[in-house]
Amino acid sequence: MALWMNIPLVLILMCLLSSAICSILPGKAARIWMLSAISVQVALSLTLLLSLISYGGSFVYKLSEVGAPYGNELSASVLEAMVGLTFTSIMLLSVLGGWRKIKADVHPRRMSLYCVMVMLLLAALNALTYTNDLFTGYVFIEIATISACALILVNNKGRSLFAATRYMLMNLLGSGLFLLGLILLYCLTGQLLFPQLKQAVAQLRGENLYIVPLYLSLLLMALGIGIKSALYPFHTWLPNAYANATPASSAMLSSLISKAYIVLLIKIVFKAAGPDAFLAGGVDDVLFVFSLIGIIMGSVDALREHNLRRMISYSSVAQIGYIFLGVSLGSKAGAAAAVFHIMAHSAAKAMLFLCSDRLVEVSGGSEAYRDLRGSGFRAPLAGLAFMVGAFSIVGVPFLGGFSSKLYLATASLSLTTWKMLTLLLVLAASTLLNVMYFLRTVLTLYRKGERFPLTPVDKRPHPTFAISMAAFIALNLLLGVAAYPIMTLITQGFQMIS
Amino acid sequence: MLAPLYEHIEEVAAMILFSIGFTTLLLNKNMIKKIVGFSMMDSAIYLFLASYGYIRDRAAPIYINGDTNPALYTNPMPAGLVLTGIVVSVSVTAIMLALTLKLYRRYHTLDIDEIAEMVREEGK
Repeated sequence: MALWMNIPLVLILMCLLSSAICSILPGKAARIWMLSAISVQVALSLTLLLSLISYGGSFVYKLSEVGAPYGNELSASVLEAMVGLTFTSIMLLSVLGGWRKIKADVHPRRMSLYCVMVMLLLAALNALTYTNDLFTGYVFIEIATISACALILVNNKGRSLFAATRYMLMNLLGSGLFLLGLILLYCLTGQLLFPQLKQAVAQLRGENLYIVPLYLSLLLMALGIGIKSALYPFHTWLPNAYANATPASSAMLSSLISKAYIVLLIKIVFKAAGPDAFLAGGVDDVLFVFSLIGIIMGSVDALREHNLRRMISYSSVAQIGYIFLGVSLGSKAGAAAAVFHIMAHSAAKAMLFLCSDRLVEVSGGSEAYRDLRGSGFRAPLAGLAFMVGAFSIVGVPFLGGFSSKLYLATASLSLTTWKMLTLLLVLAASTLLNVMYFLRTVLTLYRKGERFPLTPVDKRPHPTFAISMAAFIALNLLLGVAAYPIMTLITQGFQMIS
Repeated sequence: MLAPLYEHIEEVAAMILFSIGFTTLLLNKNMIKKIVGFSMMDSAIYLFLASYGYIRDRAAPIYINGDTNPALYTNPMPAGLVLTGIVVSVSVTAIMLALTLKLYRRYHTLDIDEIAEMVREEGK
């Protein structure tokens, strides 16, 4: 076994260790430790991706010598490494971009605890990406939920406390359903590792045994994950949670946590259950309907909103709909489009949350549209970043969002006619809605407005913010321009894992 | 007709408890009752799992006199999963209780709808 094959385990252990270390460091040292640990993570993830590309396959990392039903495993292919690299690098850029605001929002005595939570969250993201075991997936889902809750309420406002409570309540329902589905599947098959599960499920389906409980367990798991990642009718906690947290937290919540759950769902569908069982059980139709409604209703809600950060939050609801739509197609092309959209949307949405905070800051702290007029001139870099992010989500060519919509539409061609037509119509309608609310915002930012007196500190963006925004803009352009090679890698990854 | 239900009495009880817990968590307005509902829901799942792992007339999965024949023992895996699950749900319960405490200190009520109303007033 080559040395680089240890990287997935090292990534997870390093995060857990760092969170333990951060808890005993004083605030400032913990913050620096966190930043350097995340940087090392990005470097390690990149090494893993490059090694896997040259290795040209996937590998399974056994955590113990014990065989199938008892042991625990990690596995990695190009797909997992790509997703892992996206998560770690977006995490790094979010922390950098919100650096100054973290210092302002988090009480100095709680600073090291904030770092603990960020590192725990990253551990959970890595584990969800690389795990090959269903129960490990469940445990880390809960760890992600707990750390996300702490990240929401860290600024200790009444609103964020309430938002965190609503978030936890909804998530508990979701994890309850997921756990029930997991246990049902375990009782039917006696397996928890993905490859053995796949064999057992195929065997059950071949012998036509326990078909209804089998499909029910898949449906429960998919619904549980849907609730946890704010699929449309279960999204009520989302706008408050995203709009009231500190910007770095909002960026992590919107672009990492909900996406990591979906990555686990994709792995369950393709590695554990097999897409055939997923399609035969009708789980795809349930997700299809929910995601179509979500795409339209999320955009309508965003259109009605007069508060910048809440508007961006509602747009996340619509974008989660796109991702679930890709998964619900049940084909490799659809899931690959979903993974690409996870990457494109993470890059755009984290940037939007971070730069909207700067725009609000130069508008006297108001998030209402009427006060944001002309803020694009007052904060040129944040204005540019907002424009790039908005255009990416709308789907302007040469940016990430365009390619993911294109791949989604291409993947839909394999569907039955009525399904394909509905999908394409909804895609077109939602693009129109996206244009309406994002163009309105961009125009507001560049309209002449009242002049707010600026304090000297406010005039120039903080250097960490500038670096992070420049990197985000570059990342969005990269995802648009290099969409084809990235998509080729993702497709290769799907061939490796199934 | 009811014989299969009686044979699997633990699973039936677990499913009934799960539904009660789930609806309480979803619909009850009182935060403490919601948490109780959550605990019931999770415990029901562990009951389901533990009853699946238990095999009648077999010993606990600890080697007796060095006898490694698996036919003598119950399945150790579900017990391990239940233990892990209990740890997870205890920590989640602790967090929920802490949140409820903070909400109560700030708003002096446990009713989630009343709290929502007050939070909305605060924002104006």
